Amino acid sequence: MSDTSYVRTEMLEQREPPASTVGVIGWARANLFSSALNSVLTLVALGFVAYILSALIPWTFQSVWNAESLSECREIMIATWGSTHGHACWAVINDRWLQMLYGFYPSHLYWRVNLALVLTLAALAPVLFSEKSPRQMIYLTLAYPFIMPWLMWGGSIWNPISAAVGFAIVFFGTRHLTAMTGSLIAIIASVIAALLWWMAISAPVVAGLSSVIPIGIETVQSREFGGFMLALLLGIVAIGVSLPIGILLALGRQSDLMIVKAICVGFIEFIRGVPLITLLFVASLLLNVFLPPGTNFDIILRVMIMMTLFSAAYMAEVIRGGLAALPKGQYEGADSLGLNYWQAQRLIIMPQALKISIPGIVSTFIGIFKDTTLVSIIGLLDVIGFSTAIRADANWNGIYWELFAFIAVLFFVVCFSMSRYSMYLERKLQTGHKR
Amino acid sequence: MSDLISDRNIDRSKLQVSDEVAIQITNMNKWYGQFHVLRDINLTVNRGERIVIAGPSGSGKSTMIRCINRLEEHQQGQIIVDGTELTSDLKNIDKIRSEVGMCFQHFNLFPHLTILENCTLAPIWVRKTPKKEAIETAMHFLEKVKIPDQAHKYPGQLSGGQQQRVAIARSLCMKPRIMLFDEPTSALDPEMIKEVLDTMIELAEEGMTMLCVTHEMGFARQVANRVIFMADGQIVEQNEPEEFFNNPKSERTQQFLSQILGH
Ligand SMILES: Nc1ncnc2c1ncn2[C@@H]1O[C@H](COP(=O)(O)OP(=O)(O)OP(=O)(O)O)[C@@H](O)[C@H]1O
Ligand SMILES: [Mg+2]
Repeated sequence: MSDTSYVRTEMLEQREPPASTVGVIGWARANLFSSALNSVLTLVALGFVAYILSALIPWTFQSVWNAESLSECREIMIATWGSTHGHACWAVINDRWLQMLYGFYPSHLYWRVNLALVLTLAALAPVLFSEKSPRQMIYLTLAYPFIMPWLMWGGSIWNPISAAVGFAIVFFGTRHLTAMTGSLIAIIASVIAALLWWMAISAPVVAGLSSVIPIGIETVQSREFGGFMLALLLGIVAIGVSLPIGILLALGRQSDLMIVKAICVGFIEFIRGVPLITLLFVASLLLNVFLPPGTNFDIILRVMIMMTLFSAAYMAEVIRGGLAALPKGQYEGADSLGLNYWQAQRLIIMPQALKISIPGIVSTFIGIFKDTTLVSIIGLLDVIGFSTAIRADANWNGIYWELFAFIAVLFFVVCFSMSRYSMYLERKLQTGHKR
Repeated sequence: MSDLISDRNIDRSKLQVSDEVAIQITNMNKWYGQFHVLRDINLTVNRGERIVIAGPSGSGKSTMIRCINRLEEHQQGQIIVDGTELTSDLKNIDKIRSEVGMCFQHFNLFPHLTILENCTLAPIWVRKTPKKEAIETAMHFLEKVKIPDQAHKYPGQLSGGQQQRVAIARSLCMKPRIMLFDEPTSALDPEMIKEVLDTMIELAEEGMTMLCVTHEMGFARQVANRVIFMADGQIVEQNEPEEFFNNPKSERTQQFLSQILGH
């Protein structure tokens, strides 16, 4: 009998897959115990995790929250568990958390820092979640760079307004002069006008206005800044300002204009070739040598500038990578439609180049945010500096782990959020490219 | 290849060529470093002309038509497009580019924008057309190239032929007076080639001035009023299609035609 010819007489119903291939058991089989070696590795890894947790969990949760000093902590531990080993003394955090977060910022003004943080989130919303937030919020984003420093440092309301006026001069000047003089001259003229305003005119105007209409809030000195707040402040400024500067540097590096290109390349290579800590020392010590005596150039501002420049150099290279990945046809497509250079950059090139560079950009953000802790070396009391200061206190002398665990958690929360956001953004922007 | 479009008859008597000059190229030379790519190019294109440019690979066809909208810069000679001379003046360049449409071998659509946004972008930003009007125009041209229902998709979701037709529609939205095509069908499968060529034929029937680098000799026979043959960066021969194909004068042309038409 030949079986090459075959006709099915009845059709099969759909059946459940075998129990051993679905559900938890199926998953574990496929992923954890698929071979002998795999099973051994799984067991070893599980054992390792269990060992770590068996030490960490009691340390974290069988802990002392209320005590005045480390020695009191230890007494309580011995009274409760019979040993000081393996128990955390969170009392130090309980005692000093406000300082670790706010530094020496006056405690009756904490609300200003909190408000600034809320404003930061609100100002970020239209940028981060553009289609989910109302359009008008963009005005808040535009006003934010002026409101935030005012809230933090306080002083006369006329200071942020005069700073904003400078930008308004650039914006409207460029807009109205372009028709008369051409764009390049218009930009240069407006920038010069704005600089003139900031450097020479605004100070007497602000002084005059402040004496006539004295609206202002209590001033806080830079040396009172500290704690995790300082890390956030430096991080937000460095991140927010370095991205646009990085874009300009990356474009400048590709420019046909020799001088522009040389400046950009020189800047990027110099900054990248020098450790951040050196730049911070330059900011804290050297600038004093070069600045005319008596000038009061705020130390936090100096550090901000250095961190921003540092981050911008890295940003420029990350974005250059994105630009290089774009096919030449995109430039030609934009050119052939008559878009000018800036239109093409803004509408065609940058949206794609930035999208490609998201992982690198966010890595740079995370890196610079963590590098803000280096300011403790030049004597600013950021959260690391504070932990050292706390240890210098006789009450808490000898405590390490709890402080660093607390700091680690603070940084981890922020950095992990950035990382998750970047993944969300990549997924959101994916649409155009997958078939 | 030539039979691909033979089912579509076009009425050549409808194709009018006016005496008005659209493009005038005189003694144009271009070098890439030491390499003399374009040598003494002289070409006058009248409004309504449909010119097919053929020639072996590397002969400078792409370079020549890319000089017409300044995607490449020429070093000597003169190119006048629509009465405006191409110099390094950026204003003139942008003006000419907005009046000369161009389609590329690889479409060069913008992958991060929808089809509709691809088409409305330049009218809105370059021509300052109100958004609503730009969308209407875009839909009109997308209908013309027969893909209005894809307007809200992204380029990556379309077939090659559809993408090339979008690219044509995108150029048309700028209401160009001249269209340049650089091998618009050579990245496409045969069925898609036909869709694209049909669109181009329609354009020709409407009187568009066209310069087209292509190896589609059927298209050249049917649509072109002039075929230009280039080799080694020079225009070697130009003639009406009938004469060009049946009675090529120069040896280079004969050689090229026998290769491309084969057998
Ligand atoms: N950017 C460039 N730099 C140097 N040489 C180039 C450049 N672009 C093109 N060439 C050279 O110029 C010549 C003409 O190139 P072009 O692209 O115009 O040829 P083509 O006729 O369009 O060829 P094909 O049919 O293969 O597209 C070729 O020899 C090519 O190697
Ligand atoms: Mg070519």
